[in-house]
Amino acid sequence: MKIKPKIGVVSCSGECCGLGTLSRVATRLVLEELRPDETVTICLPLFLAGEAEEHSFAKDYPTVSVDGCGKRCAYKAITKYSKEPAAGVDVEALLVEWGVEAPGDRRTLDGDGLKAARRLAELLAGKVDDIQGAS
Amino acid sequence: MKKPILVIPCSGIGKSFGSISRDAVFRVCDELRPGKADTICLSLLVMGDEEARRRVSESTCIAVDGCTLECSRNNVEGSGGEIAAHFRVMDLLRENRGLKPREVTFLDEDGEKLSAILAEKIAAKVDELWGES
Repeated sequence: MKIKPKIGVVSCSGECCGLGTLSRVATRLVLEELRPDETVTICLPLFLAGEAEEHSFAKDYPTVSVDGCGKRCAYKAITKYSKEPAAGVDVEALLVEWGVEAPGDRRTLDGDGLKAARRLAELLAGKVDDIQGAS
Repeated sequence: MKKPILVIPCSGIGKSFGSISRDAVFRVCDELRPGKADTICLSLLVMGDEEARRRVSESTCIAVDGCTLECSRNNVEGSGGEIAAHFRVMDLLRENRGLKPREVTFLDEDGEKLSAILAEKIAAKVDELWGES
C-alpha cells in the first residue's frame, strides 16, 4: 500500500484586513473538517523566523500556500526557505474572479464571508487531493 | 499628530492561544481604541517589507503572543522595533484557570472571555502609552 504524504496548508498571517481572516478560516476548515487526516500547518511567522527545523517543514511536506493579498507572503516565504509550494492561492485575485466582495470585518466573518471561506476551503481541499493523487 | 500604537499579535494558527491573541488585538484596534491603536501583518514584517519595518521602527509597539515561542516579540525586535509592552495568552490562562479555550477557528465561550479580558488589558496599556507619547 502506498502511503500518501501529508500536505502542509500554510496561510498568511494577514492581520491587516479581512482577506487574511478569510485565508486563515478557510485553512482551518480544511485542517479541522475537510481533510483532517491529510493536512498539517505551521504558523507563518514561526516558519519565517525559524531555524532549520521549521524550514524543513516545507521540505518534508508538499505545501499549499494561502495568501490573502497580492503580496503573497506565504508563497514567497516557503519558496525562499524551503521549496516552491505545490500549489498557491491568491485569495484577493480569486475573489475578483468569483465576483465576491472581500470581507469588511477582520475579526468576525459575516454570512457572506463564511460562505466565501467554505468555498475557498473546498477549493483548497481539491488542491490537497490533486497533490496527493499526483505523488 | 500622534501615531497609533502598533499592537502586533503572533499570528498563531495551530492552537486557540494564537486565535485569542489575534482576536483581542482586533477588538482593541477596531472596537475599543480605533485611531489610537493599529496593527500590521507580522509575516509581512518578517519578510522584510520596507513599509512595515518603517512603521515598526517609528512607532510605539505592543507585542501580543499566544505561546512561549513569542514570535511577535522576537520578530518585532528582530526587525528593529522596540517593545513598550508585552502580553502573553499563556500568562492570562494562569490568571484565569477556570477558563479552558479549545476551539481555534471560531473561538468558544472561554476563548471569547479570555479575548475580552486580554483586550481590556491591552486597551489600558494603549491609553497609558498614548499619554506618554
